[in-house]
Amino acid sequence: MPRYFTRDHEWIEVDGAAARVGITHYAQSQLGDITFVEVPAVGAVLVRGDSASVIDSVKAASDVYAPVGGTVTAINPALEEAPDLVNSAPEGDGWLWDMDLADPTELDDLLDAQAYADLVAAL
Amino acid sequence: MSLTHDTDTNRAETLRALPLDAWHRARGGRMVPFAGHAMPVQFEGIIAEHLWTRRNAGLFDVSHMGQLLIAAPGADQTPARLALEALLPADLASLDLGAQRYSLLLDDRGGILDDLMITRWPGGFFLVVNGATRAADVTHIAAHLPAGVTLTERSDHGLLALQGPRAAEALASLGLEPAQPQIVPVERLWFMAAGPYRWNGADLHVSRSGYSGEDGYEIAVPVAAIAAFADALAAHPAVRPVGLGARDSLRLEAGLPLYGHDLTPDIDPVEAGLGFAIARRRRAEGGFPGHAKIVAALAGGPARRRVGLIIDGRLAAREGAMVLAGSTPVGTVTSGGFAPSLGHPIAMALIDAAHAAPGTPLSIDMRGRAIAARVVPMPFVPHRYHRKGVA
Repeated sequence: MPRYFTRDHEWIEVDGAAARVGITHYAQSQLGDITFVEVPAVGAVLVRGDSASVIDSVKAASDVYAPVGGTVTAINPALEEAPDLVNSAPEGDGWLWDMDLADPTELDDLLDAQAYADLVAAL
Repeated sequence: MSLTHDTDTNRAETLRALPLDAWHRARGGRMVPFAGHAMPVQFEGIIAEHLWTRRNAGLFDVSHMGQLLIAAPGADQTPARLALEALLPADLASLDLGAQRYSLLLDDRGGILDDLMITRWPGGFFLVVNGATRAADVTHIAAHLPAGVTLTERSDHGLLALQGPRAAEALASLGLEPAQPQIVPVERLWFMAAGPYRWNGADLHVSRSGYSGEDGYEIAVPVAAIAAFADALAAHPAVRPVGLGARDSLRLEAGLPLYGHDLTPDIDPVEAGLGFAIARRRRAEGGFPGHAKIVAALAGGPARRRVGLIIDGRLAAREGAMVLAGSTPVGTVTSGGFAPSLGHPIAMALIDAAHAAPGTPLSIDMRGRAIAARVVPMPFVPHRYHRKGVA
């Protein structure tokens, strides 16, 4: 399944009209220890660029933006008890929410893995 | 996401390097700019380092802080004492040799210019001041010294803090030798007592103090010996290096104010809950900046108070957040964050005295939402100092 990245360090993995969203390893490394993740409500309608989630770490509270528009279909239930999953497995078990895409052409504006790796390398 | 990137301290040429800069980097310290220095914010992680310090011993590099010696010529230090008493509200006449005290540099309105530790040495008074205020403090103090009384910055010394319930065991294992016959071994120093020691040919100054709420020490070490000394401490199984991040969360849990955040020139000592630092003799005699205002605040009660807050939910309140009683603004969060020892967020705030009683329900405006909070006594985590007269 194709995985895309934003310049703001979110990832989105797409399976047909559905997708899963999280933050990148680089993002979690900059946040430090994560103490709380506020996820969007199931059924919430997101517009691309909306603040959809708040990740609180020992350093700061940070917004997670919706990489594309769509409707939230599920949230990661494990984060309630174990927000540090976003530190230990940000691109796996520490995913944030699932969504149905409103407009798949919005994916065209995102980065592929190589382009994102180049962006991080230049930081 | 909205990310605060760590500044690359390799590129920031204006930062001063700590004497242990390479030591920190070799141990995985993530260096960030702080008080004009490149300093380690964390090593293995802030929560792990915080909990390690509460259970074992954390080694902190606080070499960014200023180490100042204020001295009069000759054996009689009365001119140095009087010069300092004109700037701060401590009773230095009652400060015995080797005794340390917390004090405040005040401005003419009673506002706090800095908080500091002061120790009587045989040849003067030794001050440890905050890193961010060091240069301003030196200028301020030097401008008020009479002829003959000198201020010397001990910039050829670094400063390490070893904090935690196993700090005494770890420091004792290094075999520091008391430099004078009347000085006790380091494990027998009481809280807020200090003295000179020797280690591998280096002259150290050790005080039993710190800013974590735990037992521990602050140790001034010549720059030439500091890497070897840090290596020797870190070789003890109870000791791990700890960064600025955990230093902040430890002091917040201990209810200890941080200058520039919880203390500023716009806050007087009574509002800050630091009335204990206004010595009885000085209240009566005066002669320090802001005396009239501070004595009035002590008698009539301050208009605002620094309080502790426990916050509902798990989102931490940050500095600058507005505190409300109902819909009325009553103050501001001065520092806040997740408390690793408690597992929930805590904060300090400066609020109107009418709303400062423990148990008062308040709310904090966080990201546009009102989150419930409650005033609680500080410290949030009990102090565990090695106090004289306490088993």
